[in-house]
Amino acid sequence: MKELLLVFIPLLGATLALLWPSERTRPLLLPVFAGLHTLLAFWMLVAPPPVSPGAWFGFDPIARAVLPAVSLLFLACAAYGVTYLRVRPERPNRVFVAMLLATLGLVSAGHQARHLGFLWITTEAVTLAAVPLLHFNGTPRAFEATWKYLLIGGTGIALSLLGSFCLGYASLRGGGSGDLTFAALSAQGAALSRPWVLIAWVLLLVGYGTKMGLAPMHTWKPDAYGEAPGIVGAVLAGGVTTVAFTAILRVRAVVDAAGEGAVASRTLMAIGLFSMLVAAMLLLATRDFKRMLAYSSVEHMGILVIGASLGAAGTWAALFHVWSNSLTKGALFLSAGNIRRAAGARTSDDVSGMAAVTPKSAVIFVAGMFAVTACPPFGPFFSELRVLRAAFETGHGVAGLLFLGGLLFAFFGLTRLVFAIVDGRPRVAAVSGIGESGEKRVRETYGVILPPAILLALSLWLGLFTPAVLRDAWTAAVAQLNSAP
Amino acid sequence: MNDTMNLLIGIAMGLNLIALGSSRLPSVVRVMASQGVVLGLLPLVIERDFHWLVAVVGAITIVVKGIVIPTLLLRAMRAANIEREIEPVIGFVPSLLLGAVGTIAAVAVAHKLPLLPEHIDTLLVPGSLASIFTGFILLVGRVKAISQVCGFLILENGIYLFGLLLLRSTPLLVESGILLDVTVGVFVIGIIVDRIQRAFDSLDTRKLTVLRE
Repeated sequence: MKELLLVFIPLLGATLALLWPSERTRPLLLPVFAGLHTLLAFWMLVAPPPVSPGAWFGFDPIARAVLPAVSLLFLACAAYGVTYLRVRPERPNRVFVAMLLATLGLVSAGHQARHLGFLWITTEAVTLAAVPLLHFNGTPRAFEATWKYLLIGGTGIALSLLGSFCLGYASLRGGGSGDLTFAALSAQGAALSRPWVLIAWVLLLVGYGTKMGLAPMHTWKPDAYGEAPGIVGAVLAGGVTTVAFTAILRVRAVVDAAGEGAVASRTLMAIGLFSMLVAAMLLLATRDFKRMLAYSSVEHMGILVIGASLGAAGTWAALFHVWSNSLTKGALFLSAGNIRRAAGARTSDDVSGMAAVTPKSAVIFVAGMFAVTACPPFGPFFSELRVLRAAFETGHGVAGLLFLGGLLFAFFGLTRLVFAIVDGRPRVAAVSGIGESGEKRVRETYGVILPPAILLALSLWLGLFTPAVLRDAWTAAVAQLNSAP
Repeated sequence: MNDTMNLLIGIAMGLNLIALGSSRLPSVVRVMASQGVVLGLLPLVIERDFHWLVAVVGAITIVVKGIVIPTLLLRAMRAANIEREIEPVIGFVPSLLLGAVGTIAAVAVAHKLPLLPEHIDTLLVPGSLASIFTGFILLVGRVKAISQVCGFLILENGIYLFGLLLLRSTPLLVESGILLDVTVGVFVIGIIVDRIQRAFDSLDTRKLTVLRE
């Protein structure tokens, strides 16, 4: 019952938002429903409800290990959204608020999906719900980005449907009933038809990998994150991508049960390292600090799948990294949004000296940059350290070194651009923006500073004092993923 | 029963080639629509004992793919005042040849795949692979947004064909959920096509090149 509420509370909020008459008060629905969702999610994290083994849908250990992080990130974004929509009164927000809440509901459904077909339906629905969020700014560039997102994302997700059918056929061919619940597929195990399992694995990895933004299927990401508001970037990078990641984890467990786990690990490792290297190259080249965040997200998706390829310890580290990445990315996207609005531009050619114009956002942005590049003592440092340790412990020394190299180059790329933006003398455009329209200028109110600051603090706290309940949740999820005979 | 089914899938595979060879956008849309109708009839032919839910899903498929989506696309096309695909990335004759080779390859590959005995003599898998391949050619090889949408839908049709292999084992709830998502997806694509037309005053995706590194 409670697991259904996680889906229906936000969807109820979305319906209310569509019917709500007042443009001014509608954004307040965001924190109300996100708050309810977070309360419920954390209650269920502490006291997980029982899940019947054959159920299509349930708050199982995997959902428990990931969903509260998404909920927390969303709550911060929702609080930020109230102020954000107040400073953007020129854009109608009915569809934006409704679809943001719908995204939360559908992401919750996707994390709890225990049936391959149902998982696909929710992932596709999330993809579509995010469309109005991407072109909120209504500029031609935003529509171009949305078009690429739809076409690339749509094709990817279509391939994952084909992969789902192939996995069903593997079950039929192996004498099973074609039941697409993960439990039934894993139970069939080695009886699944191997060629079909491998075809399904490739298609599902490409499909859900597109949704995650793994290289070389990442090309929609910089455009989408660059053109969408920062709040949308945060929700996509920290929330929507995690659904695709848990999908890959669940499918991987089935492939493992079918006896092809080694192949799955090798492909995950290869695609993860490739994503990290591509992201590092692009981070060294880009001049646009919102696209920079997208490439950083590609890098972290790479880290997640590398973790998933390294056995139980690696998967545990990857689940840890889902949390640290979601919280840190949220802080970065929201503070970058503040800087972007104050500067009126996004490239290092046009923006500099933001430490003087938006001092608080600049501090959060720089600290978030250090956090996301795995500087201690923030969360990502500890989770990435565990991924690295798992790599060396399982004898993947070369991969571990490549991983370190990717991190190092990403660090160079990020620091180069971030300090170009923050340091130096403020440009004329930004400074005169302060002078001529004092009331219209984006002031650093609590509403836009506290949410990213809290997310950053949570990332720090997660690194220093990882709560026992979270450790338990990750251990339980790893146990569920490796429970196959 | 298999004969009727193979005939329908054969028609769908022929329609793939017509879509690849045709330069007029309305005819590509109509080809895609007729393929949707043909595929909508398939579940009724496959299912031996008649079930009302199967009929409902088939009817919805026909209405959505055969009428709703083409109407949307034709309307967008009229608003944008475009008729033809000019200067495609992959020419019409090369794409037709590619499509023919792809169709033959699809039949050959399907024979190599480990299929269940009852599926070996059907065109379900070759038809599905050929349509997916055709969809990809249209997605990559055409520059007008409408053609790319048609390519995407033909790709979806191919996946739908493959899904029919599982018709007896997947619950209809899942089938209808998938169909609903695809429909909403095309609605959303249609809206974005419309907005692109207004923002860029064109449906030429080559103009969408502002965003690059």
